[in-house]
Amino acid sequence: MTRPSALPRPAGELERLEAAWQPPRGWRVITDVNNTFVGLLYIGTAMLFLVLGGILALVMRAQLAVPGASVVGPGAYNQLFTMHGSVMMFLFAVPVVEAMAVYLLPAMLGARDLPFPRLNAYAYWAYAIGGLAFFTSLFFGRAPDGGWFMYPPLTSTRFSPDVGADFWLLGIGFIEISAIAGAIELIVGILRTRAPGMSLSRMPVFAWAMLVVGGMVVFAFPSIILGTLLLELERAFGWPFFVPDQGGNPLLWQHLFWFFGHPDVYIIFLPAAGMVSMVVATMARTPLVGYGWVAGAVLGVGTFSFLLWAHHMFTAGLTKHSMYFVSAASLAVVVPSGIQVFAWLATLRRGRVQLTVPMLFLVGFFFVFTLGGLTGVMLAVLPFDWQAHDTHFVVAHLHYVLIGGMLFPLLAGFYYWAPLVGGRPLSDRMGRWVFGLLFAGVNVTFLPMHLTGLLGMPRRVYTYQAGLGWDGLNLVSSLGSVLIAAAVALLLLDIGRHLRSGGAEVDTDPWRAGTLEWLPHAGYGMRSIPRVESRYPLWDRPELRDEVKRGEHYLPGTVTGRRETLVTSPRRAEPQYIAILPGPGWPPLLAAVGTAAFFLLLTVKLLWLAVAGGILALVMLLVWAWGTDPGPGDGPAPVARGLSLPVYMTGRSAHSWWAMIVIMVVLGATFGSLAFAYVYLGLRAPVGWPAPGSSLPWGGWPALAAGAWLASSALMAAASRALRAGAMGWLHFLVAGGAGLMLGAIAVEAFGHLRVGLAPARHAYDATVATILCVQAATAATALVLALYALARVWRGLLDGTRRVTFDNMLLLWHYTVGQGLVGLGLVHLVPRLFA
Amino acid sequence: MQSALSPAGPAARDIASLTTLLTIGASLILLLVMGLLLYGARREPAPVSTGLWVVGGGLAFPVIVLFALFLYGARVTNTVMAPPPPGALRIEVEGRQWWWEVRYPGAAGTPVVGANELHVPIGTAVEVIVTSPDVIHSFWVPSLGGKMDMTPGQPARLALHAERPGVYRGQCAEYCGIQHAQMALLVIAEPPEAFEAWVRAEAAPAQAPAEGDPARGLAVFMAQGCAGCHTIRGTAARGDLGPDLTHLAGRRTLAAGSLPNDAGAIRAWLAAGSALKPGNRMPSYAHLDAASLDALTAYLAALR
Repeated sequence: MTRPSALPRPAGELERLEAAWQPPRGWRVITDVNNTFVGLLYIGTAMLFLVLGGILALVMRAQLAVPGASVVGPGAYNQLFTMHGSVMMFLFAVPVVEAMAVYLLPAMLGARDLPFPRLNAYAYWAYAIGGLAFFTSLFFGRAPDGGWFMYPPLTSTRFSPDVGADFWLLGIGFIEISAIAGAIELIVGILRTRAPGMSLSRMPVFAWAMLVVGGMVVFAFPSIILGTLLLELERAFGWPFFVPDQGGNPLLWQHLFWFFGHPDVYIIFLPAAGMVSMVVATMARTPLVGYGWVAGAVLGVGTFSFLLWAHHMFTAGLTKHSMYFVSAASLAVVVPSGIQVFAWLATLRRGRVQLTVPMLFLVGFFFVFTLGGLTGVMLAVLPFDWQAHDTHFVVAHLHYVLIGGMLFPLLAGFYYWAPLVGGRPLSDRMGRWVFGLLFAGVNVTFLPMHLTGLLGMPRRVYTYQAGLGWDGLNLVSSLGSVLIAAAVALLLLDIGRHLRSGGAEVDTDPWRAGTLEWLPHAGYGMRSIPRVESRYPLWDRPELRDEVKRGEHYLPGTVTGRRETLVTSPRRAEPQYIAILPGPGWPPLLAAVGTAAFFLLLTVKLLWLAVAGGILALVMLLVWAWGTDPGPGDGPAPVARGLSLPVYMTGRSAHSWWAMIVIMVVLGATFGSLAFAYVYLGLRAPVGWPAPGSSLPWGGWPALAAGAWLASSALMAAASRALRAGAMGWLHFLVAGGAGLMLGAIAVEAFGHLRVGLAPARHAYDATVATILCVQAATAATALVLALYALARVWRGLLDGTRRVTFDNMLLLWHYTVGQGLVGLGLVHLVPRLFA
Repeated sequence: MQSALSPAGPAARDIASLTTLLTIGASLILLLVMGLLLYGARREPAPVSTGLWVVGGGLAFPVIVLFALFLYGARVTNTVMAPPPPGALRIEVEGRQWWWEVRYPGAAGTPVVGANELHVPIGTAVEVIVTSPDVIHSFWVPSLGGKMDMTPGQPARLALHAERPGVYRGQCAEYCGIQHAQMALLVIAEPPEAFEAWVRAEAAPAQAPAEGDPARGLAVFMAQGCAGCHTIRGTAARGDLGPDLTHLAGRRTLAAGSLPNDAGAIRAWLAAGSALKPGNRMPSYAHLDAASLDALTAYLAALR
């Protein structure tokens, strides 16, 4: 086939490409936003949290080794197990799989970087700074101690007066930001920055997994965002969402938490399953069997996982019918996992398998994960769960599925992809020892716990009585934990000694793999972006390595002198335009510092310092944003023979438009969770809704507000047309009018409620209505700030009829705010009237 | 005995059989998967049928097995969830931070209040209504069946049915704060006549203390303000923040299963309760002089 770009390449083209991607020198390298740089930091930080969380577990196991021990007292132990779970789930498990995607995905897809490198850097720094600060609460004895799922009423101010619970609630905020930012990168990156010709059905399975995970994050995280908001409002202001005597309901928290919490574990597992699909094919030296089935199964797991959350609540007093449904769904989700397992087994059968270190970890994965999945099937059967729930049987199950389902594939991935980082592999001998110690350690620690739990030992106990049959089992489990610690220590030693970070070009092919991440690469990724014609391009065309390196494919240099990547169409990946990507800079890092400072200082009630942090974050975000939306520049530029592409895109094809859509779905899902809370509390209210003592405002107010909302959208839509026509006077008038109407809608709605004496601290009804109002106000405030920002760009000549991505994105948020406003009005004013 | 694998009632027995079946089934499937892995990895490369492996093994096989499992599980669920017959004895248990208040129906509508121990007649199902005034606890006696969460504002019910006499230990199974680990209870199943006798004894007020230390102990009890938290029917003590002590000495354990119940343990609890069960709500009485402690201990140890 004719290659897209002709040889010889112009002199200096490679040098210009290298210069654009040059990282800053010395310590300033921390301002770099390159996905490989951030990705390695991200993986490293997550591994640090694995070690920290693991040390907590070692102390816990020391305390439980014998009955009646006094290694730590109950107060300390309760902080330890809360932090162990929280650190492992929020600061290790989700971040590490996200980090692997940050590092690997662009290369796998044939992109030079993620679509929003500064967002990625911001998300990483917020997670790193916030997570570490959160962890240090242990050293002050102020760590949370309500368990990693923090059920109220135990975690209300009445029963947990200390600041620990607030640390947890606000600390989770960082993880939420990181995860949502990650989801934006994943969805937009996977759908819009693939190499030309890499249609969806040619995309690596890891990309399918991360695409589904991105979608899952978008729908699952909002539930916990809303839940943590409600619990913090209750703790800080006494708004009684979870207090039964005031119309609240403790089960509301459980629904909100587990609607996030169950998909969360699949958010952790699916990337690992994607990695297994990649490594299995290479290890068996044959394409993955049943690719279509596997991609479908990944989507199936992701979808089904949203139906199962209530299986964490089987003893909470749900109705028989809902329990049957959830039990059936919990069994059904096993099927798409089974499809993947058998596809992998078939691939191994078809190919020739050598017992390399990655393969060894995969063998470990098959055993440990399958065992964990099977105990999951057991737990899905209701009467069995009624015995095993909240016992060490569940502790065994969750560690088998998480360690088996995520850690073993992760380590397989480490040993498989390590040569990509600096050209050198990790140690084969040490790797085998790491595997042996880990496999033995996991089984010695957790296999006995199945029995311990069925013999009656509950979870989350700092000690236990002797003579109940648990003594020997606990001792064995504790001894096993030492083996796990040894495995992790050896792993870190191996990584420390053998992993080299590549600044120079890396051109290595140790496994003779078939996918694009193995192309020769340097800081800029691959020299040119290949046209792809199959699922395993390097197997089908081994000459691709040299072609790409010589610059014979797309975008062999930089057309604007800046960092760039190709944006392609979502299904068939045909090139559409060139996305200019930002380079190193301080704003994302400083914005992360400011964000972390804001949340953490607010927790310890250092109000003015917190405000300072918040201002820093806002200023940095504005500086950052001001550098976006570069405009059409010098017009289309050549990326290949006979193909020139724009360097700027407006409208529905723009990648930032897609990011805005993702953000709107997140906001909508968050509001949806709030709507659920409202309806749930209303349905459960024993004495009517609105509560006695509360009432609905006069219907005229919301009608007026609805009209104002709609009018403000109409005016903004007209402003968009004015912008296209260049009628700047009209633009200002219409934006001002739209803004005024939006403010008016909020004010009218608030006025109506205040007139009937809305008292959020009195009853859950008032609290929920007040929260709806606050969320509307906050969304509207954001839209108003963005509108002002857009006008500021107009005043500085940076926004006009052709350079208008900023305005278009603001308009999206504007319409979303109006839609949310209308739904909120319907919820608060129509629903109770309809049900009266 | 606190084990789901040592059932002493029909519900627990059904679940134990289910457990055995599930364990055998799971083990077989694990062997199958590992067997296929070894088989595939060690044989020479060969073409594979996606239909057989992925659709047959990955889709059809799990669907069939899981569907059958669901139906079987539903049958056991229905049996286990069967409510007690109408007119069954109804006991109320309230989970509190780190002990259990137990209320039996009494004469004229006033419940007979005790703590940390239930007695039930063998051979019949008893209904337990569980709730909590503070945080979420969970009522669990594994030898007799599954657990039920005790959620504030949401009373729930479960059935207890012991087939043979025995002492069955239960433990709180929902993390409820600092002393969740030491919140145990005992269910004592006994023949109906013994049960009736126990109920009658429980309903009676405390006898007047004997001369000497016990009588002095009652005075200490009142002087130290113990009545602010504890009730002893037959005295002026009517506190309801802590367990009812009317028949304290008749129980087998102290402090919700944390200690044996003898004079030495009572004394140790009074003097050093915050070391034995750190964080529990009872203040320390270490400041009492030895004579007062001895008297108080003698009084409490005589509350049969």
